[in-house]
Amino acid sequence: MSTLVQGPAAPGGLRRRELMEKLTGMGFALPATLLLLTTSLAPLAVLVVMAFTDYDLGNLDFKFIGLANFGKAMTDPAFRRALWNTFMYVAIVLPLAVGLGLLVAVLVHGRKRTRSFYEVVYFLPVTSTLIAMATVWTFVLHPKLGPVNALLDALGIERQAFLSDPGLVLPTLALIGVWHLAGFNMVLFLAGLTAIPKDLYEAAEVDGCANPIDRFLTITWPLLGPTTMFVIVTTSITAFKVFDTVAVMTHGGPIGASEVLLYSIYLEGFQYFHTAYAAALTVVFLAFILVFSVIQAFVLDRRTHYG
Amino acid sequence: MKRVRRVVGLLLVHGFLLAGAAFVLLPFVWMLVTSIKPPDEIFTATLRLWPRHVAAVDNYSRALTSAPLLRFGLNGLIVCAGILVVQLLVAIPCAYALAKLRFPGRNVLFVLTLLALAIPVQVPALPLYIALANIGLLNTYVSMMVPFFLSVFAIFLLRQFFKGFPDDILQAARLDGMSELEIVWRIVVPSAWPAIAAFAVFSFVAHWNDLYWPLIVISDANLAPPPLGMMFFADAETGSNYGALTAAATILTAPLVIAFLLARRHFIAGITMTGVK
Amino acid sequence: MASVALRSISKSFDTTQVLSNIDLEIADGEFVTLVGASGCGKSTLIRIIAGLEPQSAGSVEVGGRAIDHLRPHERRVAMVFQSYALYPHMSVAANIALPLSMQRLSLWERLPLVKHLSPRRRSVTRGIAKEVDAVAAQLQIGALLARRPSQLSGGQRQRVALGRAMVRHPDVFLMDEPLSNLDAKLRVHMRSELAELHARLGATFVYVTHDQVEAMTMSDRVAMMDAGRILQLGTPSELYARPANLKVAQFIGSPAINVLPGQVDSGGRIVVAGAALPVDASLPAGSAVSVGLRPESITPLPAGHRPPRDAVSIGARLRRVENLGAEYIMHCDVDGLDGTVVTCRVSAESAPPGDGALLLAFSPFACHVFDAAGERIRVVDDASRREAVRIPGATAVPNPTR
Repeated sequence: MSTLVQGPAAPGGLRRRELMEKLTGMGFALPATLLLLTTSLAPLAVLVVMAFTDYDLGNLDFKFIGLANFGKAMTDPAFRRALWNTFMYVAIVLPLAVGLGLLVAVLVHGRKRTRSFYEVVYFLPVTSTLIAMATVWTFVLHPKLGPVNALLDALGIERQAFLSDPGLVLPTLALIGVWHLAGFNMVLFLAGLTAIPKDLYEAAEVDGCANPIDRFLTITWPLLGPTTMFVIVTTSITAFKVFDTVAVMTHGGPIGASEVLLYSIYLEGFQYFHTAYAAALTVVFLAFILVFSVIQAFVLDRRTHYG
Repeated sequence: MKRVRRVVGLLLVHGFLLAGAAFVLLPFVWMLVTSIKPPDEIFTATLRLWPRHVAAVDNYSRALTSAPLLRFGLNGLIVCAGILVVQLLVAIPCAYALAKLRFPGRNVLFVLTLLALAIPVQVPALPLYIALANIGLLNTYVSMMVPFFLSVFAIFLLRQFFKGFPDDILQAARLDGMSELEIVWRIVVPSAWPAIAAFAVFSFVAHWNDLYWPLIVISDANLAPPPLGMMFFADAETGSNYGALTAAATILTAPLVIAFLLARRHFIAGITMTGVK
Repeated sequence: MASVALRSISKSFDTTQVLSNIDLEIADGEFVTLVGASGCGKSTLIRIIAGLEPQSAGSVEVGGRAIDHLRPHERRVAMVFQSYALYPHMSVAANIALPLSMQRLSLWERLPLVKHLSPRRRSVTRGIAKEVDAVAAQLQIGALLARRPSQLSGGQRQRVALGRAMVRHPDVFLMDEPLSNLDAKLRVHMRSELAELHARLGATFVYVTHDQVEAMTMSDRVAMMDAGRILQLGTPSELYARPANLKVAQFIGSPAINVLPGQVDSGGRIVVAGAALPVDASLPAGSAVSVGLRPESITPLPAGHRPPRDAVSIGARLRRVENLGAEYIMHCDVDGLDGTVVTCRVSAESAPPGDGALLLAFSPFACHVFDAAGERIRVVDDASRREAVRIPGATAVPNPTR
């Protein structure tokens, strides 16, 4: 806490200094507060209000229709499909991205000379522009021209239309999502692993904890707990916000098999201009995100537990 | 016995890691290789890696001429730099005020920033779009930057940092007659430089790769940042010129990748910051 | 049988030689301290005994059998780390129980869900809990068993670390600076507790520290190390009264030993600060030597006072007195030796008056003479031709072990 110099001044001087501090503080915080109001809070308020109206972009007026938009969403098969797809996507991405990130981190952590190499390689997808890479993936997975199908062919397996088969498209996108996120998780896990004191492993070795499985179960996994929880929550949130790959590679198809929540919102709001309906969908989206974020906040609290 | 066990262990570990690395590098390698292949080799569906004839010049020049790729990169640069500058200008004083000064509404502001942290950009997108449309600011650089000017993450991060700054130095500076603004920029900011640098990397990467918001507000290809530009380009070239397509992808992905390879530490520090927050 | 023997242990990291040819024999039940400044290799040596670090050459024996090929937990040693290395996510009871669970339960019986399938697990765990309670009672931490390490004080954590070591009933206890993280008062208390523990358990203790007080007060024997070698191995008294080496002399004892430069004159006598010592050093004339004098060996007298017979005296001026209550530490500038300050230790009653010129008197047999390389020179009394060194508690004068 700031304590301004308390000189031998009369109470008037002290008051003036406090006033100065208040004004300075408010002045410093002013731009941020304005932006907060105009770009975050006001829009949020407008959004919520709009969700209860029937406004379409370009209309001259609107009226309140209560929960009708939400009701429509619940019964709209397109929306329910999008919600289902999104949860499916998260369900596939989450264990793979977290598990792979953890596994790679544990393996890479012990390497001395090759560690930098692996760190760079696995992190590369995170830095790449996903849209560009998504286009490349489209080609890589091409039924006739892509190397993956060529490999399947060579192994005697039937070629797959990864992006045009309704049954395959979501898992394929999920795999690309894992490709994109695993390196990020690896870095987070590596940071967590490095924080574990080395002499714990030594004490464990003297105590009889000799083989890698024991070491992992007794020390690594428990002490990574907070990091793991954090990675799970952030991966969930990021996966839930999937949009780029769908927008570029499949446009929600085939027949809506890869339509996800954000893409639905995008279509409704910015292609069909059903603004109020899209607002309602966004509120639903926000609700889920808030649930994840609250969990994240609790997890962060527990992080300082091992003191 | 021990030695054999060690060797087998090492083989397994590296085998797995290399297999994973192959999966990770697959699109990159294929992108580079395809971008230098002539069309006839692309369309023969063999597993051949290295092209028999190199058509690099063709593909790359085709890519560069059919879409203003360099323009996309420039747009990305303008937008990201603009966003970063404003983010820092706004966040630094605010974080300092939250950390070191007492003023009415401070706690309320802090709680609000925490809440805003949980709101992704897609939520205020609709109302912001409408507002910008009404003002007539759609399809401008400014419109791409507006939602991101406030980085709550930066405020939070820097506040943590500033809180640890010793009060004594601040008091000494005040005694020396420095104004609070000077104190912030000349004394406190230099000490927070590592955190600021890491955040800068994080912000730049995030906004360079952003698609959703630019997609909404931009329809003019001349203003498109790299992801949007790529999308325009891919749509235009659908199904046909994979050589040019991958060449374009290479050109657009290269800047960040190269920057990453050069400044690895800062990248990873920036990313880990999200973990430390 | 829990004797420990180190035979020709050497260790280098890349190109740095950290230990050179260490030979050390520790008897069963002995408390031996490895003491020395940081970087002397003492921690590395203890880690080699534990098996945490492989040696570059040489072998380690416990109970007469070589253990080099055994993994740390097979060696029947227990280690207490400087940071205690307690598992932060486990309770105190779980921490202490861990070595036993590792020993007595197989991997399957420890896996999270699978372990419940084992029928004998219950009884084994109960047995372990009993032993944990017993050890906790011995160390008086029974009330803390449910707590986590982060909820304990430094001294309590140390006891838990000890408990975890004791519960294995090892042949050898290895301790790597266990007291350095405690505050001074607690350290004094824990010193006696550790000494008592050793007496009670009767086990072999190998203790590492940089604090010579700990080494002196707790050990049966002390090995002083420097730059990867053992400078001297002996009882605390031997190291104090007959240091083999200038480094040993300067490291052991507080306040530190006074070292005065001296020379051998044409008559073969050692001259220091103008006074000739009536001893024969068997060195060529002109050789430079260092003469060590412990502070308590010097009797400061007012100038002009007649020195006692058989004593050598040198002039000095008093610089500063430190009053410790029961005794004074007097810092004096020696005449003719610019910059050399000598400390004397006197009881409060016999201290000479404050200021001015002094006569420092000492017996020539209290001098420790070292040659130019720092090695001890055997010095014999002119008259009796006997080396006059007395080591309390020893009957004969032993040879220093290098």
